[in-house]
Amino acid sequence: MSKKNEVLLEIHDLQIQGYSEERWVDIIKGVDLTLHKGEVMGLIGESGAGKSTIGAAAMGYARDGTRISGGSIEFDGMELSTATEEEKRALRGSRIAYVAQSAAASFNPAHKIIDQHTEAPIQYRIQKRLEAQEDAMQLYEKLRLPNPEEIGFRYPHQVSGGQLQRAMTAMAMACRPDLIIFDEPTTALDVTTQIEVLAAIRDIVDEYNTAAIYITHDLAVVAQMADTIKVLLKGEEVEQAPTEEMLKNPKEDYTKSLWAVRSFKRDQKSRPKGAEPLVSVQNVDAAYTGGDKVLDDVSFDIYEGMTVAVVGESGSGKSTVARCITGLLPPMKGQIQFKGETLPPNYRDRTKDQLRQAQMIYQMADTALNPKVQIREIIGRPAQFYGGLKGAALKNRVDELLDLIELEPSQFYYRYPPELSGGQKQRIGIARALAAEPSFIICDEVTSALDQLVAEGILRLLDRLQQELNLSYMFITHDLATVRSIADEVVVMQHGKVVEQGPKEDMFTPPHHPYTDLLLSSVPEMDPNWLTTLLEERGVDNVGDAASQQIDTDDPKVST
Amino acid sequence: MSIFVIGYYALLLGASCLAAYFNKRSLFMLLFTLTLVSFIIGIVGGVSALWFVTGAAALILLAGMTAYGFREFLVQILPGEASKEFKTAPLTAAFGMFVIFTYLVMGIFAPLIAPHGEAEVIASAFAPADDTMLLGADQLGRDIFSRIVYGTRNSVGLALAATVLAFLLGAIAGLLAATKGGWFDQLMGRIADVIMSIPSLIFALLMLSIFGPSIPVIIGAVAVIYAPRVFRLTRAVAGNVVVMDYIEAAKLRGEGTWYLIRKEILPNSTAPLVAEFGLEFCFVFLLVAGLSFLGLGIQPPTADWGSMVRENATLISFGDITPLIPAAAIALLTVAVNFVVDWMLHRSSGLKE
Amino acid sequence: MGDILSLVAKRLGLGLLILFIISIIIFFMVELLPGDIAQAVLGQGATEENVAALRKEMGLDKPAIVRYLEWLGGAVQFNFGNSIVTGESVTATIGPRFMNTLFLATYAAVIAVPFAIVLGIIVALLRNSIFDRVANVATLSAISSPEFFLGYILILYFAVNMGAFPAISSLSEDMGTWELLNRTFLPALTLVLVVTAHMMRMTRAAIINLLASPYIEMARLKGVPPWRVIVKHALPNAWAPIINVVALNLAYLITGVVLVEVVFVYPGIGQALVDAVSKRDFPVVQACCLIFAATFILLNLAADVGAILTNPRLRHPK
Repeated sequence: MSKKNEVLLEIHDLQIQGYSEERWVDIIKGVDLTLHKGEVMGLIGESGAGKSTIGAAAMGYARDGTRISGGSIEFDGMELSTATEEEKRALRGSRIAYVAQSAAASFNPAHKIIDQHTEAPIQYRIQKRLEAQEDAMQLYEKLRLPNPEEIGFRYPHQVSGGQLQRAMTAMAMACRPDLIIFDEPTTALDVTTQIEVLAAIRDIVDEYNTAAIYITHDLAVVAQMADTIKVLLKGEEVEQAPTEEMLKNPKEDYTKSLWAVRSFKRDQKSRPKGAEPLVSVQNVDAAYTGGDKVLDDVSFDIYEGMTVAVVGESGSGKSTVARCITGLLPPMKGQIQFKGETLPPNYRDRTKDQLRQAQMIYQMADTALNPKVQIREIIGRPAQFYGGLKGAALKNRVDELLDLIELEPSQFYYRYPPELSGGQKQRIGIARALAAEPSFIICDEVTSALDQLVAEGILRLLDRLQQELNLSYMFITHDLATVRSIADEVVVMQHGKVVEQGPKEDMFTPPHHPYTDLLLSSVPEMDPNWLTTLLEERGVDNVGDAASQQIDTDDPKVST
Repeated sequence: MSIFVIGYYALLLGASCLAAYFNKRSLFMLLFTLTLVSFIIGIVGGVSALWFVTGAAALILLAGMTAYGFREFLVQILPGEASKEFKTAPLTAAFGMFVIFTYLVMGIFAPLIAPHGEAEVIASAFAPADDTMLLGADQLGRDIFSRIVYGTRNSVGLALAATVLAFLLGAIAGLLAATKGGWFDQLMGRIADVIMSIPSLIFALLMLSIFGPSIPVIIGAVAVIYAPRVFRLTRAVAGNVVVMDYIEAAKLRGEGTWYLIRKEILPNSTAPLVAEFGLEFCFVFLLVAGLSFLGLGIQPPTADWGSMVRENATLISFGDITPLIPAAAIALLTVAVNFVVDWMLHRSSGLKE
Repeated sequence: MGDILSLVAKRLGLGLLILFIISIIIFFMVELLPGDIAQAVLGQGATEENVAALRKEMGLDKPAIVRYLEWLGGAVQFNFGNSIVTGESVTATIGPRFMNTLFLATYAAVIAVPFAIVLGIIVALLRNSIFDRVANVATLSAISSPEFFLGYILILYFAVNMGAFPAISSLSEDMGTWELLNRTFLPALTLVLVVTAHMMRMTRAAIINLLASPYIEMARLKGVPPWRVIVKHALPNAWAPIINVVALNLAYLITGVVLVEVVFVYPGIGQALVDAVSKRDFPVVQACCLIFAATFILLNLAADVGAILTNPRLRHPK
């Protein structure tokens, strides 16, 4: 990066405070940041690390309830922390632009997209209205938006999420700024949509040699986008290095834990011969009240002691299948069989024993555990409810379960969920499921909210429990690393249909159904060249929505 | 130019300058705005208006000092956690708590505090204040001060009883509707819609005209009018809890509705419900006061603030403020409860971040 | 546009349905009387013949449902039957009084609405400043005070001490406009105080809510000047909440007017309702209740329709 030597943004010892409970508390505790012209820096960290706050501060902006309490922010020779509001405003939109996480919320619903786009260039007298509109259409075309001549004249709610995100990137580009702050621009999007937005952002930033701060919590995404990566933790910098080096050779323990390559991989089991399936989903159609069909003729089997991963994007119906199995959403057609016997469609009509047999573990441990109930009661309740345990027997059972999930009973017995870490909460969720002594557990994205190392610990625990207790799992996930490490069989879903299913090894070796192919290839990988390689292989017009639309439903490989 | 006026402006300007010198920006803005406003008030209303401003400022200062003292008192006598909570409470909330506390004492110990019985005729009509009658006598020659003290019991007690009933009805229906959903939820929602499209005072008047103004009728009417409001809020609060995964987990375990409400939903919705109780109390209290002012509340000779205002209203035309005291008592309690509720709402919304 | 029209039509239909249900409630509630109206009106001491005569006169020998339909049919044509107490036509008694009440409410609204909205927006823009806190305490105190408290304070100060305005708002036919405004100033001011406090708080909340939306932040981060953020980005989206605030408070005015009319002895419909309630003059009570409820529903309806019409998402369907 020798040609990018000129410093554009220099932040030194930045301190920001936030107002909570009637006093100011530090949320950014002395962060330094140096950004050169044309450089893309990735800011990564968990939620609460302060990355978004730093992003706003780079524009000299403090959100409501926060204030910049110390340090300096120098943009191209101008000190922003002491600049007047007028001076800072003159930079915003013209020299520094901002792309927000939710494009749908960040476009004003009352104005047409193109009018919002041209607002800054007209105000700064860079272009006249018609010129600015011409320019906007050109940017739309560059960002590969469909109908670039016309799309700007629509209102924001008339355009899809991925397109709106690209329109916002175009808007940020309107005055050809020196610096763009991307604040989690693809977090709210599906993997297949995300990829086209990523490609578009990267192209346009390259083309105009714009510097950028790219804020995200997704390591694989930042690896594609950034020249350098800065890792943040609780308002402080952990480390910073060029992308390649950071990925190969992280120095701090925290970074290593983020980067840790999933080493856990389990041998693939095959179906026991001649046995009947434990759970059998048979020709299920389902719809929410008054809505369209969300499941269409879904069938698959889960055998005893095996793990079936159900993959698909949001809206594919994978969570709905879980709701049908548990009886929360009675199917319109078809049936769910358990050990060969048909379950009543509504959970209210099922016997206590039927309910006990199938348990669930949730994605967000925060909402899965009642914050006002002690751990002993959370875990003890199912044992008391199904097993009728009381007093000492109940306490022993809770201790046993806590041991099973590798938590020290005496330390956790009387604690409340908000006092625990994410991984511990997830373990409590597992213990609650185990307390019912089930034979089948639905795991709904159980690792996606956790750091790599913690996630791996949970997967190992689930695997160990499977072997010890002969459990069957249905794993709902969009993370292919999880599928690789723990699944025996895979079911791929799209638009409420099963597009492909089979043993894991088969699913990861081509050829397969074009959608499986698209989905598998769209999940970002840690390799910094992944996006480049993928775009070369597939071609820029064969990713995202464009590719989904090309999928021929009459393809011979539609069903297995 | 009297010495008072000169002193008045000198004090305000001096204090403004001091505030500016010590960089107390908001205090300066307040003082200086007051100075500017005083110019206008002074010109329009004369010296008496400035006296009024001074009096109001002294009153606010006094209230502030009381609140400050009461807050310190609470911080000292309460144990650990609770004392920490009160340390950050704004003065308005402390003032509110002090007022509520005073009313409680007055209501509970009314017979001990009041020098005369509530219906006891001890003097001629509208007799002026003397040693035994702090505020003079009312239109029938009863001691006004004693009646105000007894009125705490009657007026506040009636409003409280009505609020509790409305709250029980509304909260139970709201919790059930949120948990059960389906037709029950729909039906309850529609009923609430209909009741809430009749203005509350009008609906109360309609019911009182039919069933006559007696205490059970008032309580029942108020409960019917306000239960839908409580229902809506409870339904919304519980609705946010019901979508949580832990509720789904409990449902799938096969737990009954009662267990869900008691163990899972209620512990997670107490804060907004308590605040709502305070707000509902204010509405109910004002409605009941309005009804008794119209002569349709608690019937004489029982002492009641609203009707006391009406009975003695003629005194106002002679410039006597005595009839306004019960009205002020109503306003003060409502303000106090609102201050406390405001703080609680602010706190619970702050914690969500 | 089809979407919007059908939404508005649906909302109108719902309003009519609710009004219909309320007319049923108002009518049949009187049927819940122990004994019947005639008995209740004449009291315990009435002779059997007198009661029977009154029953016949009021048509109580017909079944309730028939009487309801007759009453509703009359009500639609503004004919509410005759007063039990005076025997005069209810419409003739209430009609002019209703106009007086409308005048008072309009008088108060014309002052309060612009005043409160401007103040509410200012306070929202100055939020967390000392003015915001003072305004918060002041408005909270105003809405916590019973209307009659504010009314009597105004009487004490402006009428008794200063003698600037009359304490009692008696109206006569031959008054000039200026005289009219002068006589009704104090009741109007009472209403203005209460309604302004309510509206300011609601406007403040609505504006703060609006200013917290991501698109306002986006506009600021695009370098849009503050005045333009308000005019161009906030205002087009603020109509719905503001219309809502105005309609809710006008609806509130309708109720508040009852107490204020009594304090100032103002010849309005609220005063008539209170008199009728204490005299148990049911036809008048029913008529007043129906009028109040209809006004209330109409205003809520206006708020909802306004919100639908100003919603950009509905104005420009996909």
